[in-house]
Amino acid sequence: MPRIFFEKQSYTCQDNESVLDCLTGHGLPIPSSCRSGICQTCLMRAVEGAVPLAAQQGLKETLRVQNYFLACVCKPTNDLKVALPDEEAGARTKVTVLAKEVLGGNIIRLRLGCTLPLDYHPGQFVQLHRDDGLIRSYSIASLPQREEPLELHIRHLPDGRMSGWIHDILKTGDTLEISGPAGQGFYLPGQPDQGLLLIGTGSGLAPLWGIARDALAQGHTGPIHLYHGSRDVSGLYLINELRELAEQYPNLNYTPCLSGPDVPKGFAAGRAEQMAFSHLPKLTGWRVFLCGHPAMVAATKKKAFLTGASMKDIYADPFVIAADSIKPAA
Amino acid sequence: MSTSLFEKLGGNAAVDAAVDIFYRKVLSDDRINSFFEGVDMDKQAAKQKAFLTMAFGGPHNYTGKDMRAAHAPLVARGLNDSHFDAVAENLQATLKELNVPSELIGEVMAIAGSTRNDVLCR
Repeated sequence: MPRIFFEKQSYTCQDNESVLDCLTGHGLPIPSSCRSGICQTCLMRAVEGAVPLAAQQGLKETLRVQNYFLACVCKPTNDLKVALPDEEAGARTKVTVLAKEVLGGNIIRLRLGCTLPLDYHPGQFVQLHRDDGLIRSYSIASLPQREEPLELHIRHLPDGRMSGWIHDILKTGDTLEISGPAGQGFYLPGQPDQGLLLIGTGSGLAPLWGIARDALAQGHTGPIHLYHGSRDVSGLYLINELRELAEQYPNLNYTPCLSGPDVPKGFAAGRAEQMAFSHLPKLTGWRVFLCGHPAMVAATKKKAFLTGASMKDIYADPFVIAADSIKPAA
Repeated sequence: MSTSLFEKLGGNAAVDAAVDIFYRKVLSDDRINSFFEGVDMDKQAAKQKAFLTMAFGGPHNYTGKDMRAAHAPLVARGLNDSHFDAVAENLQATLKELNVPSELIGEVMAIAGSTRNDVLCR
């Protein structure tokens, strides 16, 4: 009979017993509700071992490829090492600051060298740990297949404890610890002609820059529309790089958007999400990635769904700026 | 053994097809969408899916108690029969849009209707 490894203990799974029943039967508090493979409350991840396909039915593609499964309908045929989603990102790795530069828009670009190879998708996020215990999450902008160093975009906030320290003190050659990666907002191949809509504000460009380049590198042929918004030009960055990329790839459309009164030539006047919906009023069949200001992300997620995008195709990453936040606060 | 309602409707794939359409109709319906303001859309879609699976005669762990607990705050905000009817109307329209035969629509509506007193905490 297969064994289930969970939190350093092992449990024997009886014939025809689900992972959920096995663990809760041993008194472990695994959250659950419908117990029918529907509500997704009992979402877990197989850290080692293959899960039956039936245990992944109805999950987002990006969850499936990371071996997430529903414990209530998972009847394992082999040993599994499992974890709850919250316990992820436990292990820390040391990284070295390879480069630090200030881009536009108060954005600091950090390039980090990892001592161990980090298995990640562009668009996920890592947590940065400072020696005194301060932790912040930042989205990943680099492409692992190009062997680029890990790239993070950090907005220098006026009172930001981490971002202020990164801006003022951290220097090339310093070491830091990171954990992760985590997050479901990333590109997966398989539907190369699907339309991709990417909308971000501020440093919400970081994951989108990663996702768009990842999609292009993996041969995506469908239209890719990227809208980056800020109040004025000084809040945008990588403008030239994105324009060059759009020149190189005809299926990439880049629209820098300014919501303030001063809109120079070459920029769209209005909020990024407004511009996107005016160009693309129907999103049936589109895959949508949203990143940045929480209110923008929430409102745009709803509107993208109401204009036709399927819930499974909407990846939303609100940047929460809070003292103890574990969400991306870039 | 006769084919179950859930199998006749097309099982999980039918629920998957219905849930986006149904939830979109509910969110677009000004009679009821204020009850969904500020709700986590992914969690809500999962709940809609659990409800539709149950209404489609599929596997479920439905307890009136959970339904009451979930809706009690909404009843306190004025949720009543007219809102229940509006949701039912959206469900019916969803099934029609998916070309479900009318006798099966009737069966689904009967199961959905059986939750009325639990939803309205009566």
